[in-house]
Amino acid sequence: MSTAPTSAPARKLRVATTSLAGCFGCHMSFLDIDEHLFELVELVEFDRSPLTDIKEVGPCDIGLIEGGVCNAENVHVLRAFRRQCKTLIALGACAVNGGLPAQRNHLSLSECLREVYQFRPGIENGQIPNDPELPLPLDKVRPIHEVVRIDYFLPGCPPSGPAIWKFLTDLIAGRTPRLSGGLLHYD
Amino acid sequence: MKQFLLDGQPVPFEDGQSILEAARQAGHYIPSLCWHQDFPAHGSCKLCIVKAAGRHVSACATPAKEGWEVESDTPEMNGERRALLQMLFVEGNHFCPSCEKSGNCELQALGYEYEMLTSRFRHFFPDRPVDASHPDVLLDFNRCIFCELCVRASRDVDGKAVFALTGRGINKHLVVNAESGRLGDTDFSKDDLAARICPVGVILPKGRGFAVPIGERTYDGQSIREQKLKEEES
Repeated sequence: MSTAPTSAPARKLRVATTSLAGCFGCHMSFLDIDEHLFELVELVEFDRSPLTDIKEVGPCDIGLIEGGVCNAENVHVLRAFRRQCKTLIALGACAVNGGLPAQRNHLSLSECLREVYQFRPGIENGQIPNDPELPLPLDKVRPIHEVVRIDYFLPGCPPSGPAIWKFLTDLIAGRTPRLSGGLLHYD
Repeated sequence: MKQFLLDGQPVPFEDGQSILEAARQAGHYIPSLCWHQDFPAHGSCKLCIVKAAGRHVSACATPAKEGWEVESDTPEMNGERRALLQMLFVEGNHFCPSCEKSGNCELQALGYEYEMLTSRFRHFFPDRPVDASHPDVLLDFNRCIFCELCVRASRDVDGKAVFALTGRGINKHLVVNAESGRLGDTDFSKDDLAARICPVGVILPKGRGFAVPIGERTYDGQSIREQKLKEEES
Protein backbone atom coordinates (compact mmCIF):
# COMPACT_ATOMS: atom_id res chain seq x y z
CA MET A 1 0.00 0.00 0.00
CA SER A 2 1.23 3.45 -0.87
CA THR A 3 1.92 6.02 1.80
CA ALA A 4 0.86 9.62 2.09
CA PRO A 5 3.20 12.35 0.90
CA THR A 6 5.72 13.06 3.67
CA SER A 7 5.54 16.83 3.61
CA ALA A 8 2.08 18.28 4.05
CA PRO A 9 1.11 21.06 1.64
CA ALA A 10 1.08 24.55 3.16
CA ARG A 11 -2.67 24.85 2.79
CA LYS A 12 -4.93 21.92 3.51
CA LEU A 13 -6.87 20.74 0.47
CA ARG A 14 -10.60 21.17 0.81
CA VAL A 15 -12.64 18.04 0.06
CA ALA A 16 -16.40 17.61 -0.37
CA THR A 17 -18.22 14.31 -0.66
CA THR A 18 -21.82 13.34 -1.33
CA SER A 19 -23.98 10.36 -2.17
CA LEU A 20 -26.56 10.83 -4.94
CA ALA A 21 -28.37 7.66 -6.07
CA GLY A 22 -26.01 5.53 -4.00
CA CYS A 23 -26.19 3.35 -0.90
CA PHE A 24 -23.39 5.08 1.10
CA GLY A 25 -21.37 1.89 0.62
CA CYS A 26 -18.61 3.91 -1.06
CA HIS A 27 -18.54 6.26 1.91
CA MET A 28 -18.30 3.24 4.22
CA SER A 29 -15.44 1.95 2.09
CA PHE A 30 -13.83 5.41 2.35
CA LEU A 31 -13.91 4.99 6.15
CA ASP A 32 -12.26 1.58 5.59
CA ILE A 33 -8.96 3.37 5.00
CA ASP A 34 -8.93 3.08 8.81
CA GLU A 35 -5.84 4.61 10.45
CA HIS A 36 -4.97 6.40 7.20
CA LEU A 37 -7.81 8.75 8.15
CA PHE A 38 -5.39 10.31 10.65
CA GLU A 39 -2.88 10.94 7.87
CA LEU A 40 -5.64 12.23 5.63
CA VAL A 41 -6.94 14.86 8.05
CA GLU A 42 -3.39 16.27 8.22
CA LEU A 43 -3.64 16.91 4.46
CA VAL A 44 -7.28 17.80 3.89
CA GLU A 45 -10.26 19.44 5.52
CA PHE A 46 -13.84 18.54 4.75
CA ASP A 47 -16.48 20.79 3.25
CA ARG A 48 -19.95 19.42 2.49
CA SER A 49 -19.97 15.73 3.40
CA PRO A 50 -21.99 13.28 5.50
CA LEU A 51 -18.97 13.48 7.82
CA THR A 52 -19.50 17.21 8.55
CA ASP A 53 -23.22 17.65 7.91
CA ILE A 54 -22.53 20.88 5.98
CA LYS A 55 -25.53 21.22 3.65
CA GLU A 56 -24.21 23.33 0.73
CA VAL A 57 -20.93 22.73 -1.05
CA GLY A 58 -18.43 25.61 -1.02
CA PRO A 59 -15.27 26.17 -3.08
CA CYS A 60 -13.25 22.93 -2.95
CA ASP A 61 -10.18 21.30 -4.42
CA ILE A 62 -11.62 17.80 -4.63
CA GLY A 63 -15.21 16.57 -4.90
CA LEU A 64 -16.07 12.90 -4.46
CA ILE A 65 -19.44 11.84 -5.89
CA GLU A 66 -20.97 8.52 -4.95
CA GLY A 67 -24.05 7.30 -6.82
CA GLY A 68 -25.66 8.04 -10.16
CA VAL A 69 -28.28 10.64 -11.02
CA CYS A 70 -31.86 9.45 -10.46
CA ASN A 71 -33.82 12.62 -9.63
CA ALA A 72 -33.92 16.40 -10.02
CA GLU A 73 -32.19 17.04 -6.70
CA ASN A 74 -29.27 14.80 -7.73
CA VAL A 75 -28.83 16.96 -10.85
CA HIS A 76 -28.88 20.13 -8.72
CA VAL A 77 -26.31 18.81 -6.21
CA LEU A 78 -24.07 17.40 -8.94
CA ARG A 79 -24.03 20.71 -10.83
CA ALA A 80 -23.24 22.57 -7.60
CA PHE A 81 -20.31 20.21 -6.98
CA ARG A 82 -19.07 20.74 -10.53
CA ARG A 83 -19.23 24.52 -10.10
CA GLN A 84 -17.39 24.44 -6.76
CA CYS A 85 -14.82 21.63 -7.15
CA LYS A 86 -11.61 21.97 -9.13
CA THR A 87 -11.35 18.19 -9.48
CA LEU A 88 -14.50 16.09 -9.56
CA ILE A 89 -14.32 12.33 -9.08
CA ALA A 90 -16.88 9.60 -9.79
CA LEU A 91 -16.55 7.27 -6.80
CA GLY A 92 -17.86 3.74 -7.29
CA ALA A 93 -19.93 1.76 -9.78
CA CYS A 94 -23.15 3.79 -9.55
CA ALA A 95 -21.44 7.12 -10.23
CA VAL A 96 -19.36 5.53 -13.01
CA ASN A 97 -22.10 3.62 -14.89
CA GLY A 98 -25.41 3.99 -13.04
CA GLY A 99 -24.98 0.77 -11.10
CA LEU A 100 -27.84 -0.88 -9.25
CA PRO A 101 -30.36 2.01 -9.48
CA ALA A 102 -29.90 1.99 -13.29
CA GLN A 103 -31.30 -1.55 -13.35
CA ARG A 104 -34.72 0.12 -13.53
CA ASN A 105 -33.81 1.75 -16.84
CA HIS A 106 -35.45 -0.88 -19.04
CA LEU A 107 -38.78 -0.29 -17.24
CA SER A 108 -40.94 2.80 -17.59
CA LEU A 109 -40.87 5.09 -14.56
CA SER A 110 -44.64 4.94 -14.05
CA GLU A 111 -44.50 1.12 -14.18
CA CYS A 112 -41.85 1.17 -11.42
CA LEU A 113 -43.76 3.61 -9.21
CA ARG A 114 -47.06 1.74 -9.61
CA GLU A 115 -45.39 -1.58 -8.83
CA VAL A 116 -43.84 -0.24 -5.62
CA TYR A 117 -46.58 2.04 -4.27
CA GLN A 118 -49.82 0.55 -5.62
CA PHE A 119 -49.54 -3.11 -6.58
CA ARG A 120 -47.13 -4.48 -4.00
CA PRO A 121 -48.70 -7.31 -1.96
CA GLY A 122 -50.11 -6.00 1.33
CA ILE A 123 -50.75 -2.45 0.08
CA GLU A 124 -54.32 -1.15 0.11
CA ASN A 125 -55.36 2.08 -1.61
CA GLY A 126 -51.68 2.82 -2.26
CA GLN A 127 -50.82 6.17 -3.83
CA ILE A 128 -47.72 7.33 -5.63
CA PRO A 129 -46.13 10.01 -3.38
CA ASN A 130 -46.61 13.49 -4.83
CA ASP A 131 -45.52 15.85 -2.02
CA PRO A 132 -44.03 18.93 -3.73
CA GLU A 133 -40.99 18.66 -1.43
CA LEU A 134 -40.03 15.33 -2.96
CA PRO A 135 -37.56 15.62 -5.86
CA LEU A 136 -39.00 14.37 -9.13
CA PRO A 137 -37.46 11.12 -10.37
CA LEU A 138 -35.82 11.13 -13.81
CA ASP A 139 -37.11 8.75 -16.48
CA LYS A 140 -33.69 7.03 -16.54
CA VAL A 141 -30.88 6.76 -13.99
CA ARG A 142 -27.70 8.24 -15.48
CA PRO A 143 -24.00 7.90 -14.71
CA ILE A 144 -22.72 11.30 -13.56
CA HIS A 145 -20.44 11.81 -16.59
CA GLU A 146 -23.58 12.01 -18.74
CA VAL A 147 -24.61 15.15 -16.81
CA VAL A 148 -21.40 17.06 -15.98
CA ARG A 149 -17.72 16.79 -16.91
CA ILE A 150 -15.87 14.37 -14.64
CA ASP A 151 -12.11 14.47 -14.12
CA TYR A 152 -11.42 11.01 -12.70
CA PHE A 153 -13.24 7.71 -12.31
CA LEU A 154 -12.75 5.21 -9.48
CA PRO A 155 -14.84 2.09 -10.22
CA GLY A 156 -15.82 -0.71 -7.84
CA CYS A 157 -18.87 -1.75 -5.84
CA PRO A 158 -17.53 -0.35 -3.65
CA PRO A 159 -13.92 0.56 -4.49
CA SER A 160 -11.83 -1.00 -1.71
CA GLY A 161 -10.31 1.10 1.09
CA PRO A 162 -6.80 0.50 -0.32
CA ALA A 163 -8.00 1.57 -3.80
CA ILE A 164 -9.48 4.80 -2.42
CA TRP A 165 -6.32 5.49 -0.40
CA LYS A 166 -4.04 4.85 -3.39
CA PHE A 167 -6.21 7.11 -5.53
CA LEU A 168 -6.33 9.98 -3.01
CA THR A 169 -2.63 9.84 -2.16
CA ASP A 170 -1.75 9.92 -5.87
CA LEU A 171 -4.05 12.89 -6.38
CA ILE A 172 -2.90 14.84 -3.31
CA ALA A 173 0.75 14.26 -4.23
CA GLY A 174 0.12 15.64 -7.72
CA ARG A 175 0.46 12.33 -9.55
CA THR A 176 -2.07 11.06 -12.09
CA PRO A 177 -4.08 8.56 -10.02
CA ARG A 178 -3.55 5.00 -11.16
CA LEU A 179 -5.17 1.82 -9.84
CA SER A 180 -2.47 -0.79 -10.33
CA GLY A 181 -1.70 -4.11 -8.69
CA GLY A 182 -5.21 -5.58 -8.54
CA LEU A 183 -6.87 -2.44 -7.12
CA LEU A 184 -9.06 -2.00 -10.21
CA HIS A 185 -12.35 -3.90 -9.88
CA TYR A 186 -15.83 -3.40 -11.30
CA ASP A 187 -17.53 -5.64 -8.72
CA MET B 1 11.35 -20.00 -41.42
CA LYS B 2 9.47 -16.87 -42.43
CA GLN B 3 9.02 -14.23 -39.81
CA PHE B 4 7.52 -10.81 -39.10
CA LEU B 5 8.27 -8.26 -36.41
CA LEU B 6 5.75 -7.81 -33.58
CA ASP B 7 6.59 -4.70 -31.56
CA GLY B 8 10.18 -5.20 -32.72
CA GLN B 9 10.34 -8.89 -31.75
CA PRO B 10 10.77 -11.51 -34.50
CA VAL B 11 7.78 -13.90 -34.71
CA PRO B 12 8.09 -17.01 -36.92
CA PHE B 13 5.04 -18.19 -38.86
CA GLU B 14 3.86 -20.77 -41.36
CA ASP B 15 2.06 -19.82 -44.57
CA GLY B 16 -1.63 -19.18 -43.93
CA GLN B 17 -1.20 -18.51 -40.20
CA SER B 18 -2.81 -15.33 -38.94
CA ILE B 19 -0.83 -12.66 -37.10
CA LEU B 20 -2.74 -13.59 -33.91
CA GLU B 21 -2.08 -17.34 -34.14
CA ALA B 22 1.62 -16.89 -34.86
CA ALA B 23 1.99 -14.34 -32.06
CA ARG B 24 0.25 -16.51 -29.45
CA GLN B 25 2.28 -19.55 -30.55
CA ALA B 26 5.47 -17.56 -30.04
CA GLY B 27 4.38 -16.51 -26.54
CA HIS B 28 3.17 -12.98 -27.33
CA TYR B 29 -0.21 -11.75 -26.16
CA ILE B 30 -2.66 -10.07 -28.51
CA PRO B 31 -6.07 -9.68 -26.83
CA SER B 32 -9.27 -11.11 -28.28
CA LEU B 33 -12.85 -11.91 -27.33
CA CYS B 34 -14.41 -13.55 -30.41
CA TRP B 35 -11.38 -15.58 -31.47
CA HIS B 36 -11.11 -19.28 -30.56
CA GLN B 37 -8.38 -21.64 -31.71
CA ASP B 38 -10.90 -24.30 -32.81
CA PHE B 39 -12.90 -22.00 -35.11
CA PRO B 40 -12.16 -19.89 -38.16
CA ALA B 41 -11.51 -16.20 -37.45
CA HIS B 42 -14.64 -14.16 -36.86
CA GLY B 43 -13.18 -10.67 -36.75
CA SER B 44 -16.13 -9.07 -34.94
CA CYS B 45 -14.79 -7.88 -31.59
CA LYS B 46 -11.79 -6.07 -33.11
CA LEU B 47 -9.91 -6.28 -29.79
CA CYS B 48 -6.99 -7.89 -31.67
CA ILE B 49 -6.56 -4.71 -33.70
CA VAL B 50 -2.91 -4.18 -34.72
CA LYS B 51 -1.13 -1.87 -37.10
CA ALA B 52 0.44 -3.96 -39.85
CA ALA B 53 2.40 -2.23 -42.61
CA GLY B 54 0.79 1.04 -41.51
CA ARG B 55 -2.82 -0.20 -41.67
CA HIS B 56 -5.23 -1.10 -38.89
CA VAL B 57 -6.23 -4.75 -39.25
CA SER B 58 -7.73 -7.55 -37.13
CA ALA B 59 -4.80 -9.78 -36.20
CA CYS B 60 -7.08 -12.85 -36.12
CA ALA B 61 -8.22 -12.40 -39.72
CA THR B 62 -5.03 -11.16 -41.35
CA PRO B 63 -2.50 -13.73 -42.62
CA ALA B 64 1.05 -12.96 -41.48
CA LYS B 65 3.43 -11.76 -44.16
CA GLU B 66 7.19 -12.04 -44.37
CA GLY B 67 9.00 -8.95 -43.15
CA TRP B 68 5.93 -7.09 -41.86
CA GLU B 69 6.36 -4.71 -38.97
CA VAL B 70 3.35 -5.12 -36.69
CA GLU B 71 2.50 -2.79 -33.81
CA SER B 72 0.31 -4.21 -31.05
CA ASP B 73 1.25 -3.43 -27.46
CA THR B 74 1.62 0.32 -28.01
CA PRO B 75 -0.18 3.25 -26.36
CA GLU B 76 -1.97 3.96 -29.64
CA MET B 77 -3.30 0.42 -30.18
CA ASN B 78 -4.11 -0.09 -26.50
CA GLY B 79 -6.01 3.21 -26.49
CA GLU B 80 -8.10 1.99 -29.42
CA ARG B 81 -8.73 -1.28 -27.59
CA ARG B 82 -9.93 0.67 -24.55
CA ALA B 83 -12.34 2.63 -26.76
CA LEU B 84 -13.64 -0.64 -28.26
CA LEU B 85 -14.19 -2.02 -24.76
CA GLN B 86 -16.03 1.15 -23.76
CA MET B 87 -18.35 0.75 -26.75
CA LEU B 88 -19.01 -2.89 -25.84
CA PHE B 89 -19.83 -1.86 -22.27
CA VAL B 90 -22.34 0.87 -23.19
CA GLU B 91 -24.10 -1.25 -25.83
CA GLY B 92 -25.21 -3.88 -23.32
CA ASN B 93 -26.11 -3.89 -19.63
CA HIS B 94 -22.85 -4.92 -17.99
CA PHE B 95 -23.59 -4.64 -14.30
CA CYS B 96 -20.62 -6.54 -12.85
CA PRO B 97 -21.64 -6.41 -9.14
CA SER B 98 -24.65 -8.67 -9.81
CA CYS B 99 -23.10 -10.92 -12.46
CA GLU B 100 -22.22 -14.54 -11.63
CA LYS B 101 -19.46 -14.40 -14.25
CA SER B 102 -17.66 -11.55 -12.49
CA GLY B 103 -14.01 -12.52 -12.02
CA ASN B 104 -14.23 -15.14 -14.78
CA CYS B 105 -15.42 -12.73 -17.47
CA GLU B 106 -13.07 -11.99 -20.35
CA LEU B 107 -14.71 -8.64 -21.14
CA GLN B 108 -14.25 -7.49 -17.55
CA ALA B 109 -10.68 -8.86 -17.43
CA LEU B 110 -9.82 -6.92 -20.59
CA GLY B 111 -11.29 -3.81 -18.96
CA TYR B 112 -8.80 -4.32 -16.14
CA GLU B 113 -5.94 -5.15 -18.51
CA TYR B 114 -6.42 -1.91 -20.47
CA GLU B 115 -7.28 0.14 -17.36
CA MET B 116 -10.76 1.11 -18.48
CA LEU B 117 -12.03 3.31 -15.64
CA THR B 118 -15.17 4.65 -17.30
CA SER B 119 -17.42 3.56 -20.12
CA ARG B 120 -17.09 7.16 -21.35
CA PHE B 121 -19.93 7.09 -23.90
CA ARG B 122 -23.67 7.42 -23.32
CA HIS B 123 -25.15 4.14 -22.12
CA PHE B 124 -27.81 2.54 -24.34
CA PHE B 125 -29.52 0.67 -21.45
CA PRO B 126 -31.18 -1.78 -23.89
CA ASP B 127 -34.15 -3.90 -22.82
CA ARG B 128 -33.11 -7.54 -23.03
CA PRO B 129 -35.26 -9.93 -20.93
CA VAL B 130 -33.54 -13.04 -19.53
CA ASP B 131 -34.52 -16.61 -20.44
CA ALA B 132 -34.66 -19.00 -17.46
CA SER B 133 -36.76 -21.65 -19.21
CA HIS B 134 -34.02 -24.30 -19.43
CA PRO B 135 -33.63 -26.55 -16.35
CA ASP B 136 -29.80 -26.38 -16.30
CA VAL B 137 -28.79 -23.16 -18.04
CA LEU B 138 -29.74 -19.49 -17.68
CA LEU B 139 -29.53 -17.01 -20.55
CA ASP B 140 -28.89 -13.36 -19.65
CA PHE B 141 -28.88 -11.51 -22.96
CA ASN B 142 -27.97 -8.22 -21.26
CA ARG B 143 -24.29 -9.14 -21.48
CA CYS B 144 -24.11 -10.42 -25.06
CA ILE B 145 -21.27 -8.97 -27.16
CA PHE B 146 -22.25 -10.80 -30.40
CA CYS B 147 -19.02 -12.81 -30.66
CA GLU B 148 -21.04 -15.74 -32.08
CA LEU B 149 -18.92 -18.30 -30.22
CA CYS B 150 -22.08 -20.05 -28.96
CA VAL B 151 -23.62 -19.84 -32.45
CA ARG B 152 -20.54 -21.43 -33.98
CA ALA B 153 -20.04 -24.05 -31.23
CA SER B 154 -23.68 -25.15 -31.33
CA ARG B 155 -23.83 -25.31 -35.12
CA ASP B 156 -20.36 -26.66 -35.98
CA VAL B 157 -19.49 -28.87 -32.97
CA ASP B 158 -22.70 -29.74 -31.11
CA GLY B 159 -24.63 -30.11 -34.39
CA LYS B 160 -27.72 -28.39 -32.98
CA ALA B 161 -27.76 -24.77 -34.21
CA VAL B 162 -29.49 -23.59 -31.02
CA PHE B 163 -28.34 -19.96 -31.30
CA ALA B 164 -28.32 -17.29 -34.01
CA LEU B 165 -27.83 -13.56 -34.35
CA THR B 166 -30.65 -11.63 -35.91
CA GLY B 167 -31.33 -7.98 -36.76
CA ARG B 168 -28.79 -5.45 -37.98
CA GLY B 169 -26.80 -2.63 -36.47
CA ILE B 170 -28.28 -1.38 -33.24
CA ASN B 171 -31.08 -3.96 -33.49
CA LYS B 172 -28.74 -6.95 -33.65
CA HIS B 173 -29.41 -9.51 -30.95
CA LEU B 174 -28.94 -13.15 -30.00
CA VAL B 175 -31.95 -15.42 -30.46
CA VAL B 176 -32.74 -19.04 -29.63
CA ASN B 177 -33.73 -21.29 -32.50
CA ALA B 178 -37.12 -22.50 -31.27
CA GLU B 179 -40.64 -21.53 -32.28
CA SER B 180 -41.22 -20.13 -28.78
CA GLY B 181 -37.77 -18.50 -28.77
CA ARG B 182 -37.07 -20.16 -25.41
CA LEU B 183 -34.02 -22.26 -24.60
CA GLY B 184 -36.17 -24.75 -22.66
CA ASP B 185 -37.88 -25.71 -25.93
CA THR B 186 -34.64 -26.75 -27.67
CA ASP B 187 -32.44 -29.84 -27.32
CA PHE B 188 -29.69 -27.69 -25.76
CA SER B 189 -27.73 -29.52 -23.04
CA LYS B 190 -25.46 -28.28 -20.28
CA ASP B 191 -22.82 -30.67 -21.69
CA ASP B 192 -22.74 -28.90 -25.09
CA LEU B 193 -19.61 -26.99 -26.04
CA ALA B 194 -21.91 -23.98 -26.54
CA ALA B 195 -22.77 -24.11 -22.83
CA ARG B 196 -19.12 -23.55 -21.86
CA ILE B 197 -17.80 -21.21 -24.52
CA CYS B 198 -19.36 -17.81 -23.66
CA PRO B 199 -16.54 -15.33 -22.84
CA VAL B 200 -18.98 -13.12 -20.90
CA GLY B 201 -21.96 -13.82 -18.62
CA VAL B 202 -24.75 -14.72 -21.08
CA ILE B 203 -24.79 -18.54 -20.87
CA LEU B 204 -24.61 -19.49 -17.20
CA PRO B 205 -24.96 -22.91 -15.55
CA LYS B 206 -27.73 -22.95 -12.95
CA GLY B 207 -26.98 -24.07 -9.41
CA ARG B 208 -23.38 -22.89 -9.38
CA GLY B 209 -23.67 -19.17 -8.69
CA PHE B 210 -20.98 -18.01 -6.34
CA ALA B 211 -19.64 -21.50 -5.39
CA VAL B 212 -16.20 -20.03 -6.16
CA PRO B 213 -16.29 -16.74 -4.24
CA ILE B 214 -15.48 -13.34 -5.72
CA GLY B 215 -11.79 -12.73 -5.09
CA GLU B 216 -10.75 -16.33 -5.87
CA ARG B 217 -11.74 -16.41 -9.52
CA THR B 218 -9.66 -16.78 -12.68
CA TYR B 219 -8.90 -13.09 -13.25
CA ASP B 220 -8.92 -11.98 -9.61
CA GLY B 221 -5.35 -13.09 -8.96
CA GLN B 222 -3.84 -12.80 -12.44
CA SER B 223 -4.35 -10.72 -15.54
CA ILE B 224 -6.00 -12.09 -18.66
CA ARG B 225 -2.64 -11.62 -20.39
CA GLU B 226 -0.94 -14.00 -17.93
CA GLN B 227 -3.83 -16.49 -18.05
CA LYS B 228 -4.01 -16.65 -21.86
CA LEU B 229 -0.25 -17.07 -22.25
CA LYS B 230 -0.37 -19.87 -19.68
CA GLU B 231 -3.18 -21.58 -21.64
CA GLU B 232 -1.12 -21.22 -24.80
CA GLU B 233 1.87 -22.98 -23.19
CA SER B 234 -0.13 -25.97 -21.94
